Amino acid sequence: MSAPAAARRFALPRGARQLLTALPFLAPSIVLFGAFVFYPLVKSVYLGFYIENPFRTRQIYVGFDQYRDVLASSEFVSSLLVTVTFTLYTVVPALVIATFLAVLANQKLPGVVVFRTIFASPLAASVALTAVFWLVLLHPTIGILNEWIETLGLPRVDWLNDGGWAVTEHSGVSKLTSWISDPNWALLSVSMATVWMNVGLFTIILLAGLQTIPDELYESARVDGAGRWAQFWHVTLPMLSPTLFFASVVGVIFAFQAFGQIDIMTGGGPVDATNVVIYSIYQEAFQNFRYGAASVQAVALFVIMLGLTLLQFRLVRGRIFYR
Amino acid sequence: MSDALLRRWLRRAPAYGVLALCAAVLLFPLYVTFANSLHPIAEFLQDPPPSLFPSHPQWGNYFAGGDEQGGSGGPGVTRYLFNSVVVAGIITIGQLVTSTLAAYAFAFLRFPGRGVLFALFLATMMVPLEVAVIPNFQTIQWLHWTDSYQGLVAPFLATGFGTFLLRQYFLTIPSELKDAAEMDGYGEYRFLLHVAVPLAGGALATLAVFAFLQAWNQYLWPLLVTNDPDLRTVQIGIGAETQEPFRINIAFANTIIAFLPMVLLVIAFQRSLVRGLFGGSVKG
Repeated sequence: MSAPAAARRFALPRGARQLLTALPFLAPSIVLFGAFVFYPLVKSVYLGFYIENPFRTRQIYVGFDQYRDVLASSEFVSSLLVTVTFTLYTVVPALVIATFLAVLANQKLPGVVVFRTIFASPLAASVALTAVFWLVLLHPTIGILNEWIETLGLPRVDWLNDGGWAVTEHSGVSKLTSWISDPNWALLSVSMATVWMNVGLFTIILLAGLQTIPDELYESARVDGAGRWAQFWHVTLPMLSPTLFFASVVGVIFAFQAFGQIDIMTGGGPVDATNVVIYSIYQEAFQNFRYGAASVQAVALFVIMLGLTLLQFRLVRGRIFYR
Repeated sequence: MSDALLRRWLRRAPAYGVLALCAAVLLFPLYVTFANSLHPIAEFLQDPPPSLFPSHPQWGNYFAGGDEQGGSGGPGVTRYLFNSVVVAGIITIGQLVTSTLAAYAFAFLRFPGRGVLFALFLATMMVPLEVAVIPNFQTIQWLHWTDSYQGLVAPFLATGFGTFLLRQYFLTIPSELKDAAEMDGYGEYRFLLHVAVPLAGGALATLAVFAFLQAWNQYLWPLLVTNDPDLRTVQIGIGAETQEPFRINIAFANTIIAFLPMVLLVIAFQRSLVRGLFGGSVKG
């Protein structure tokens, strides 16, 4: 230890000395978090109090009025409805498919590793690539899916340009039956692509979960005369439920963050059929230049996602018990 | 003997059949994109869509490069991949450095306010980029960092997740080791570099894979802070190429080109990825 440092040791109280030692380790993170996490959070709340003109040369303080107006507006309610629907469309099917694939790929067969890798491969596709893979299938002129549908004698579907209930009826909640009679094909298209992407991730997570189930459980189930189906319902599923729960929360958080595939496939349209909250923030802030109104939505989204993340933390803290 | 072997394989046949069918369905979008990437552009403009089995595969689509005609095609996929590697690389290295340092302080040093500060670090995990995007964009504008690598990486150089992950590993290092090192005259930095970091190799690898993949897959932020086609990451580049109907076959070829390195990465690091996914959650 050098002489000046030794001198400082005696000059400063212990707490201050400890802080001085720790500071160089913490400073980089603290500065970055301050600038790009905590400041923006406060600033977003603040921006929500102001309305500005398109060139942002003038800001008018409106207090909570803007929060009230934006959050109660039919546009926001509709984008929230689209987001929740999208979440439903993406998480549930992806979980079901991934469970099926994970159980398949968990069989003890020579070479099954190859299939595990194939099932996980969508994980390597980013949102942009996934969007392209599905554009190819659903495209109005080159899409192969419509060719097949026609071969089956069914009417073509205008996948990316048919918003269904989300366009024809603005308060979609009033008539839930229209979700089936007048499907929002554009949202379904984006959802299919997202399901494909999630299946890769979920399969990996669920395979990890399956591998923690002890073989003895299956053996004793077999001794009790359980067939494969019964084994699945009475051993696999209950033992897998914490992992399924974990995957579903991850899926919900992903759904609330989904942006890229929507931007490439539908651009939020037709009209607002695929305009999820994130997309609406993006349009409001960076196309209409209404930072205030966009910030209100961002703050609302933060509160929602905070709730979801806290839920995830609670779940993974080991509070889920095996049945 | 061979009879028994045959019977065993026959019994397995249905299982393999189902596995293969699922694999085929899952890979189908990839295959169609691949098939379409081998067609000349003229076939996209006719009524029956391009066949799934190109009769005269045009491998030239894979070497098309950028748009020399000065159109909006941009500088081509090689440049996009380069940008993505640079951006994801810097973010990965940055996260490894900042979170190793911070995790070290939280695991090995005592100082007033440590608990509160650690809680704040954890809290950053609950603030997704999408929520902070407007003020962050303003900050980058104010710094004149739009259309620059700094602008692309700056908000992502610190990570609460990584700090948490590494701290967990550091905590498993017995304090006797630290005491012994101090006795041998090791300062904090020497202990960190020569003892703690080598011991946390696995956790660092997990964090690296995670950080790289996340940075690679970013879409919203690069879309906002870059206008210059030369600075497009591969996601933005591919996204832009899909908007050009007269080069769509090349867009498909580039999509396949962009996909392949990531497949190799994901296969190679699957284990680390799974560990990372649960790492933020599993204690100890």
